Amino acid sequence: MDIVIFEEVSKTYRMGDVDVAALRDVSFAIPQGAFTSLVGPSGSGKTTALNLIGCLDQPSQGVVTVAGRPISGMGRREGAIFRGQTLGFVFQDFNLLPVLTVFENVEYPLLMIRNVPKSQRKPAVDRVLAAVAMEDQAGKYPSQLSGGQKQRVAIARALVGNPALVLADEPTANLDGNTAHKVVELMKSMRDEFGTTFVFSTHDPRIMDQAEVTIHLEDGRLVPGSDSVKGGPS
Amino acid sequence: MKTLRLALKNLLRYKRRTLLTGLLITVGVVAVIVFVGLSGSFKQAIVGQITDSVLSHLQVHRRGYLASIDNLPLDRMVSSRAFDKLSGVLSRDPGVKAFSPRIKFGAMLSNYAQTTNARLNGIDPEKELAVVPLLATRVKNAARKNPLLEKGEVLLPEVLALGMGIQSGDTIVLVANNKDGSVNGMTFRVAGVVEGLMGPGGRDGYLHIDDAVALLRMETPEISEVAVRVQHFHQLGAVAGRLRGALDLLTNEQNKPLFEVHTWNQLTPFYNVVRMIDIMTLGIKMILIAVVLISVLNVMMMSVYERVREIGTLVAMGTRPGRIMALFVAEGFCLGLVSTLAGAAIGLAVLWMLRLTGVEVAFGGANQVFSLNPTIALWEVLSAALIVLGISVLASLQPAAKAARLEPVEALRHI
Repeated sequence: MDIVIFEEVSKTYRMGDVDVAALRDVSFAIPQGAFTSLVGPSGSGKTTALNLIGCLDQPSQGVVTVAGRPISGMGRREGAIFRGQTLGFVFQDFNLLPVLTVFENVEYPLLMIRNVPKSQRKPAVDRVLAAVAMEDQAGKYPSQLSGGQKQRVAIARALVGNPALVLADEPTANLDGNTAHKVVELMKSMRDEFGTTFVFSTHDPRIMDQAEVTIHLEDGRLVPGSDSVKGGPS
Repeated sequence: MKTLRLALKNLLRYKRRTLLTGLLITVGVVAVIVFVGLSGSFKQAIVGQITDSVLSHLQVHRRGYLASIDNLPLDRMVSSRAFDKLSGVLSRDPGVKAFSPRIKFGAMLSNYAQTTNARLNGIDPEKELAVVPLLATRVKNAARKNPLLEKGEVLLPEVLALGMGIQSGDTIVLVANNKDGSVNGMTFRVAGVVEGLMGPGGRDGYLHIDDAVALLRMETPEISEVAVRVQHFHQLGAVAGRLRGALDLLTNEQNKPLFEVHTWNQLTPFYNVVRMIDIMTLGIKMILIAVVLISVLNVMMMSVYERVREIGTLVAMGTRPGRIMALFVAEGFCLGLVSTLAGAAIGLAVLWMLRLTGVEVAFGGANQVFSLNPTIALWEVLSAALIVLGISVLASLQPAAKAARLEPVEALRHI
């Protein structure tokens, strides 16, 4: 079953008086549970595709279906509810809330978005923190963590609500090679442990090879034959 | 609760800015509480002094008397028969504590060396002290305190006694015209000097009502005004309304009401000073509103601007627009709440210290100094708190709405 389906999707932005096409007639599908990379040079449309999958933006043409729901016509509130229930996000700059501890950052989606009762929140947070090996840092603030640790917390935050799909925008861009490799390994093991589909954008050749499905974009177009499945979830 | 907790954490993120803004609001709340406390007690003290030593809470006159009160007319008095009816109405009203008839007239006063004109009140000393108990405090060098004077004695206004060199125990002559125009004179012993007070009646002298009847050669006593003290000052309006209703039933030959009732605020120009104090209080509250509005609006706009990317993250994670808005409104609310609590605590502490140290105010005569007792009603503190909280929330709404409307894609791109 495909968790993400793009059908002849185009996205055009208006920049001043000029229309800029970020995606042009792109069609692809991502199978559930696939460790997927969106690759391509800067300006190729990776982030735009990721924003569409994340229901943060709407296609100008075509149909985007995520977890069985077409995202076109979703209002702000409806989109937020859908994201809160179905998606997790990992950002290039980690985007942790600086005023919250590691535990509180991971707890945020359960507390403020899903309204999960306290009795269920703590075990859920402890479980994902243990999975990313950050349980002993739970009381620290983001400013007290290294880049790799922050990204591990961000991954835990994305996974804590058991989303069907985690989207990661250049998750290793701000990490050194060794840490980047560890983060990708961690995401993969999380996919194995939680069965979550991971879609991440990157132009880092060191981690492209880790993907089982690669969507290759250039100038807003899909490079033919790029959405090949190299392997599936173990 | 979780929203408030997160709001407090966000406020503490920019400690200096939050502290400065909170301090500004706190100072505003302190200013309001101290000003309202001081001005309220000043107002209370001055109104108390005027009503309890001169005017009484309300007065009843024959209709038309008050319009000519400066002339002290003797042809618009309340007859004995009408006074009996009036006494009956006043005695029956449960809100009336005491009442005292007065005969007001003008007279020539002589100490055998100089002559001047004087305004005098014929009073029943016991009844008068029951309606204006502080009158005794204004009498200097009194021969006695209770009764203030006896028949054959007079209390003279201070300015007049000083000017003519009259002292307690001296003998003076009062010469007055009665309403028919005939003149009569009587000698009196000065029983004391009454300190001056602003407002009508503040420079009047006093003599026994029986002496006034004799001096004015009244066959039956006729009354200029009846001063009334009510049981509870806050019920003055209700008592006055009841009395007006009851007295309107007493009519003259033309079938028009015989009496008119005036409360203290209708009798003294000092009421305008009281109103001015109220307007100043309103003014200082307006300043507080402006301070809170500008401070909170500024802080919240800065906060939204600085956290655009963070807001984008929250939206991307699935935080609903309503929750984003609530987060920022809660920040403004918390800022207002903490500042109000601090301001109220400091303001009440300042008032308490002022009560301990005492605040003395001179009023009326130079020797008339009395201590203020600065207090503030609970509802005044609550109203100041509600103003701050309401304006804090109001000022947060626009930045909060802006945050809730941010497009996540744009917000996440924001540097």
